[in-house]
Amino acid sequence: MNFLIGAFKPACNISITFSDGKSRKQVPMKKENGKTIMVSLFQSKESIAGKVSIEPLQGKKIEHLGVKVELLGQIEMYFDRGNFYDFTSLVRELDVPGDIYERKTYPFEFSTVEMPYETYNGANLRLRYVLKVTVSRNYGGSIVEYQDFMVRNYSPPPSINNSIKMEVGIEDCLHIEFEYNKSKYHLKDVIIGKIYFLLVRIKIKNMDLEIRRRESTGSGANTHVETETLAKFELMDGAPVRGESIPIRLFLSPYELTPTYRNINNKFSVKYYLNLVLVDEEDRRYFKQQEIAIYRQQDS
Amino acid sequence: MLNGTEDEEKWLAEGIAGIQHNAFYMHRALDSNNLREALKYSAQMLSELRTSKLSPHKYYELYMRAFDELKRLELFFKDDSKHGVSVVDLYELVQHAGNILPRLYLLCTVGSIYIKSKEAPAKEVLKDLVEMCRGVQHPIRGLFLRSYLAQISRDKLPDIGSEYEGDADTVMDAVDFVLQNFTEMNKLWVRMQHQGPGGVREKREKERSELQDLVGKNLHVLSQIEGVDLEMYKETVLPRVLEQVVNCKDDLAQYYLMDCIIQVFPDEYHLQTLETLLGACPQLQPTVDVKTVLSRLMDRLSNYAASSTDVLPEFLQVEAFSKLSNAIGKVIEAQLDMPAVGAITLYVSLLTFTLRVHPDRLDHVDQVLGACVKKLSNIPKLEDSRAMKQVVALLSAPLEKYNDIVTALTLSNYPRVMDHLDIGTNKLMAMVIIQSIMKNNSCISTADKVEVLFELIKGLIKDIDGADVDELDEEDFKEEQNSVARLIHMLYNDEPEEMLKIICIVRKHTMVGGPKRLPFTVSSLVFSALRLLRQLQGQEGDIVGEEASMTPNKIFQLLTQIIESLSAVPSPELALRLYLQCAEAANGCDIEHVAYEFFTQAFLLYEEEIADSKAQVTAIHLIIGTLQRMNVFGVENRDTLTHKATGYSARLLKKADQCRAVYACSHLFWVDDQDGIKDGERVLLCLKRALRIANAAQQMANVARGSGGPVSLFVEILNKYIYFFEKGNKQITSSAIQGLIELINTEMQSDSTNPDSVADAFLASTLRYIQFQKQKGGVMGEKFESIKL
Repeated sequence: MNFLIGAFKPACNISITFSDGKSRKQVPMKKENGKTIMVSLFQSKESIAGKVSIEPLQGKKIEHLGVKVELLGQIEMYFDRGNFYDFTSLVRELDVPGDIYERKTYPFEFSTVEMPYETYNGANLRLRYVLKVTVSRNYGGSIVEYQDFMVRNYSPPPSINNSIKMEVGIEDCLHIEFEYNKSKYHLKDVIIGKIYFLLVRIKIKNMDLEIRRRESTGSGANTHVETETLAKFELMDGAPVRGESIPIRLFLSPYELTPTYRNINNKFSVKYYLNLVLVDEEDRRYFKQQEIAIYRQQDS
Repeated sequence: MLNGTEDEEKWLAEGIAGIQHNAFYMHRALDSNNLREALKYSAQMLSELRTSKLSPHKYYELYMRAFDELKRLELFFKDDSKHGVSVVDLYELVQHAGNILPRLYLLCTVGSIYIKSKEAPAKEVLKDLVEMCRGVQHPIRGLFLRSYLAQISRDKLPDIGSEYEGDADTVMDAVDFVLQNFTEMNKLWVRMQHQGPGGVREKREKERSELQDLVGKNLHVLSQIEGVDLEMYKETVLPRVLEQVVNCKDDLAQYYLMDCIIQVFPDEYHLQTLETLLGACPQLQPTVDVKTVLSRLMDRLSNYAASSTDVLPEFLQVEAFSKLSNAIGKVIEAQLDMPAVGAITLYVSLLTFTLRVHPDRLDHVDQVLGACVKKLSNIPKLEDSRAMKQVVALLSAPLEKYNDIVTALTLSNYPRVMDHLDIGTNKLMAMVIIQSIMKNNSCISTADKVEVLFELIKGLIKDIDGADVDELDEEDFKEEQNSVARLIHMLYNDEPEEMLKIICIVRKHTMVGGPKRLPFTVSSLVFSALRLLRQLQGQEGDIVGEEASMTPNKIFQLLTQIIESLSAVPSPELALRLYLQCAEAANGCDIEHVAYEFFTQAFLLYEEEIADSKAQVTAIHLIIGTLQRMNVFGVENRDTLTHKATGYSARLLKKADQCRAVYACSHLFWVDDQDGIKDGERVLLCLKRALRIANAAQQMANVARGSGGPVSLFVEILNKYIYFFEKGNKQITSSAIQGLIELINTEMQSDSTNPDSVADAFLASTLRYIQFQKQKGGVMGEKFESIKL
């Protein structure tokens, strides 16, 4: 697990384990190197407790200036790589300066930690939570070990969840009325709806429903927006005539969505849109984009 | 550049290759129970069906390939031990596919298993499927998808008695489902006309008709649903189907679907819903061939009526005829530009219908004809040959049905319809009528009917204005007139009074026929009158008194007039024969002066009109033959006539003819009856005169050709001698015969250069006869004994 072995021949092995590690849900997480690892899943206001054990290499002793564990919540902008912005930082001192001759285990606990933001891996940034253990030394540098974990926060179903209903069109060319059954969907939800053709004077080839993610970072003049199409779902094949009504049923579960994030720590936002696209025979696209809110619902 | 069909072949081949390729990986996934892969490759395989490049025909080929593969997939889906996913989850899982066409094919496939699993009511699943399929709006792809849906759902409808039967109104759900699918398919099908693969209209229509059965299949499924009883058919199924048919406003679809309705649903349903069904007809597009639709309906109903007499009351109960009749009226009214042939075809069908269903209702038949007359009277001139054919069919139908022209004659509109035929067709129809009479041996027995009948066949009786005489085919004309002649014989009544009227009517009509027709008709008429005469004779005694108007004299007067009409032709030979026939009839009636008058006429004709020598020979023999049989004449009249006959005989052109006529005259003086005249002396005179002429002929032949003339004349005379000898004419002696035989022998020898085998044989058999009579003995033997051979 310690990937520093071999490179620097660190003086000791550090391992971080969660006390409920065996029963806690593990979820996959993508690392920067593209590998997916399984990490423990937490939510806000949970207590994060566990043990840190330090095992010096055979026959060596470690002189240190103290051992601490930190719980960090960081936002990392990819255009500003290496610079982390910590929005949460909690510290527990584990040991006073001294020597470690043999394996030594320190329990730790951060109780009822406020973790308002979810772990997020976006196009231009990531938000991560990590436990950081530091063994401070005078020479040879400090020995540091990280343990990622993931945070997901659940929302109750919204009390108001209106449908989205709208009539749009191009004069004397195309008039449609569409309806999505809700404006707020949870991650495993199904979008039900229909498109009703009021007027069709163009030769439509097909119609797709796209789910688009709009990730904006920065603020003011430095705002950076990245839009990704996560789903392209064909709703209709062929040209309808006036009066046709086309059903929509789109299951969200197959797509890698996150909840909507609004202005997270003044750093970024992630919003979702449903984009209804009609393509005519000359491959012209007619579309209408509607924002939907996505939330995470507690699995029942 | 490749042309269209080659391109298509190429695209089809590519499509098939794509299906095979993905099917291969799908099979591998199925074998390794890998659901995810199976879904992936099946979706890719089905993506081949997204092509827009193929014509319906080729697309069908592609579809069938995919269809076979889907059956494999279905088996896999069905066995959840293989993939470990519940059917409910599977139903969701397949909907994750991004492309709609593969998604819906998969959904239908899983849907079918879903229904089978009974984890959800069949109606819910079906409703969902049929709704989701709306997503495919492309006509061809949509039609095939929905036809796939229809195919997999056929055995899973919540029909009564089906294992998928739900609770209340379950059949309704099944019906709703099929109706909805039908409606959507029809809409797609109709849309092809406007937005389908381009090209010319004919090509599009051809492509559409290739697809029609996909749509019609739904109606077939509807008709197979157990739970669709008459009530439901009447209340729900038919109105909704018709609504769709009428609203789609597409002639091809309307025609096909109307026909489909008529063909797939049972007859008794049609009968009970006639009004609704017929009500839709005038609402169809003007270009729809409603007449064929209605004709088929009526054909079906006619067959149904014919199938069993039990169903006939049903027809009466629903007043099928008047409904059909109304409907036809409306359709014709609504479709102003319907060609005449269409309208008439409709009437033909209606007529066939009523003839089958209500054979007793002649008023119906007349009504149909009346309606047809009305329609025809709006058309200035019927020139369409097909229309003409239909009119003939219309007119022939009652004849065939009733096998009796008499029935047709009571139809007041019948002749009015015939008036609308062109001359040729009119004749044709008249022939049909006559043939019908002949075939059925029907006897027309009242003057009124005869009057109507002749009105009907007037095309044959006289020249109609405007007819192109030159075009007449001689043979056809003969056949026609012969038929008329035969027809005259079919007019008969036992009552002489009525019969006379009939004859007078026929005469009235035939007399205007002109010189070409008279020779054919007059003789029939004469013989018909002669029959009346015999009839009268048979009844003589009991009627004559009270019916003074009916005397043989009057009939003879009539006959004279009839025959005189031939003078206009002129046809003296025929007239002569007829006079002789009349004379014989007068002889039978024992009216001497009339008989004499007829002979006078015959002789007059002979003298003045018959110029041809051959005709003269025939005529004189006829006269002689007839005269011989006359027994009504007193001595004076008889002498006059025989004298004339003999005189004419001797004045024939050729000697041989003279000779034969003269020896024939010998019979005029020897009638082999009880009280017949037996003037042996004059017989001998005739025979001697004949011999003289024969001699003269012989000499003339010698002079002309240097060889002997016809010996056979002598042999013929010898036979006459023998005849009278046998009959006991004292003037004919055995020695005379003996002498004649010797004369003949001499002639034969002198003429050995030019042997006449016929004459030889004739002589030989004559001699043999004499020999035979000699040997027979008795009185006759003794008489002949004296002749030496």
